[in-house]
Amino acid sequence: MSGHSTYVPKSAIGRWFESRLPIMGLIHSSFVAYPTPRNLNYWWTFGGILSVMLVVQILTGIVLVMHYTPHVDYAFNSVEHIMRDVNWGWMLRYTHANGASMFFVAVYIHMLRGLYYGSYKAPREVLWILGVIIYLLMMATGFMGYVLPWGQMSFWGATVITNLFSAIPLVGESITTWLWGGYSVDNPTLNRFFSLHYLLPFMIAGVVVLHVWALHVVGQNNPDGVEVKNVARDTLPFTPYATIKDGFAMVCFMIFFAWWVFYVPNYLGHADNYIEANPLSTPSHIVPEWYYLPFYAILRAVPSKLGGVMAMFSAILVLCFLPWLDTSRVRSAKYRPVYKVFFWLFVATAVGLGYLGAMPAEGGYVLASRLLAVYYFAFFLVVMPLLGLFETPRAVPASIADAVLKNAHSAKA
Amino acid sequence: MLFIATGAAGAVAVGSVAWPLISQMNPDASTIAAGAPIDVDLSAIGEGVIVTVKWRGKPIFVRHRTKKEIEEAADAPLAQLPDPQTDAQRVKKPEWLVVIGVCTHLGCIPLGHQGEYEGWFCPCHGSVYDTSGRIRKGPAPKNLEVPNYVFASDTKLTIG
Repeated sequence: MSGHSTYVPKSAIGRWFESRLPIMGLIHSSFVAYPTPRNLNYWWTFGGILSVMLVVQILTGIVLVMHYTPHVDYAFNSVEHIMRDVNWGWMLRYTHANGASMFFVAVYIHMLRGLYYGSYKAPREVLWILGVIIYLLMMATGFMGYVLPWGQMSFWGATVITNLFSAIPLVGESITTWLWGGYSVDNPTLNRFFSLHYLLPFMIAGVVVLHVWALHVVGQNNPDGVEVKNVARDTLPFTPYATIKDGFAMVCFMIFFAWWVFYVPNYLGHADNYIEANPLSTPSHIVPEWYYLPFYAILRAVPSKLGGVMAMFSAILVLCFLPWLDTSRVRSAKYRPVYKVFFWLFVATAVGLGYLGAMPAEGGYVLASRLLAVYYFAFFLVVMPLLGLFETPRAVPASIADAVLKNAHSAKA
Repeated sequence: MLFIATGAAGAVAVGSVAWPLISQMNPDASTIAAGAPIDVDLSAIGEGVIVTVKWRGKPIFVRHRTKKEIEEAADAPLAQLPDPQTDAQRVKKPEWLVVIGVCTHLGCIPLGHQGEYEGWFCPCHGSVYDTSGRIRKGPAPKNLEVPNYVFASDTKLTIG
């Protein structure tokens, strides 16, 4: 995808095919000869891990659909049927359900890596925004998938989330009715969520192609945040260097994933979702899946209904403006001593909001959510623009090769 | 001329195809039909009892209020109400309170005869409603909604 291909087919058939559809050349230039910065660390392996997770989710999902029935009278029992009767059904469902969580684990690491090393900064703005779009699609997909088993948490989660739209002035109620296809969450809602849950992963796959394309146009960022200046000195070919490193990281991640699937498959779920949906009885404590908790905490931190909904959506949309909110000329936090402190404070805030999102919305928890929500937004809207003006960054190496060689010297000394 | 005509025809075509695609998601004819008014027999509901009936997928609370509950609802000082409404504005006959049983905060179902005012209490986020279904405490912004209803006879209530 970057520059013209240097691929030369070895066989006559290869040459014949390449002159008609140069796909092997495209693969070769994207995943074999593609130059990767030689200083990449393991935080750069999560893009590959995320691609694998998308494939895992699509494969297990397609198979689960062969046994699932999207109807309010049958959905819950069809999931139990998958768990008890279908050959390996328990494993496929646990893989899919925990796979969603692992997908979010990986995407949060991937996003924080971008935030730490300034990967969103010019010329990677479009690459970053495509990533935010993928993240939004993931959230929508995960939410609708959680509704499909039609347990109590499915039903009431869907009720609470769709009710968020009723906060919109004037048209809110009509939008909610339109989303439901009725007067409450019911069979039409389940049907359309099923349809969209099947569609969105393929839309994610489409945006991932654009994301990778944009990446291969501007090139990867790297831990030192300096651009490649000399391809021969600063980079290594994707294969074997990045391939084997990504492969090793994927294997480690799969072991972590398997531990959840085989040892604590229900830890990240909620016991109430093993009770069939009952529109006339609300569980005493409604919580979303763990990966939405920080945003749920922001929603509940604001005392007004509309204000809470706006704050929650803003918390995600603000990410799109990062490339312009950050005024620093230096990319990597490695050379930004003050930013580094604020960054880790931000990570602690996000984790703290996640904890508070799971707690009841009363007393001290609400106050704490408010304080953390304020810092969440201040980090993007105040710290980032101002820090670029006031912070004195450390000296940035002249090139990637210099940074690597300096490390090598200090290691020897 | 041909460009403009083609463009105009294209815009009309896109618009007329887009609308059915959007509109199909609204409630269908069978859902609307199933949301028709329902009848509730009041003779079976004793004083002090709350009966829950399902209408349009939502619970409707029909509460046969006691004298004490009616008095408490009528005596509530309007100035202290987050969503001020008199009890008379919310009922057609004082002994019968009819409300949609969906908390106006985030859609949970409140529990009857509970909370400080012995009206309803929502276990999700702690909203407290009085015996007129009005919000008194907690995060809910509005009173429990009153649906359209008529007394078809002394013992028959029609909701919807």
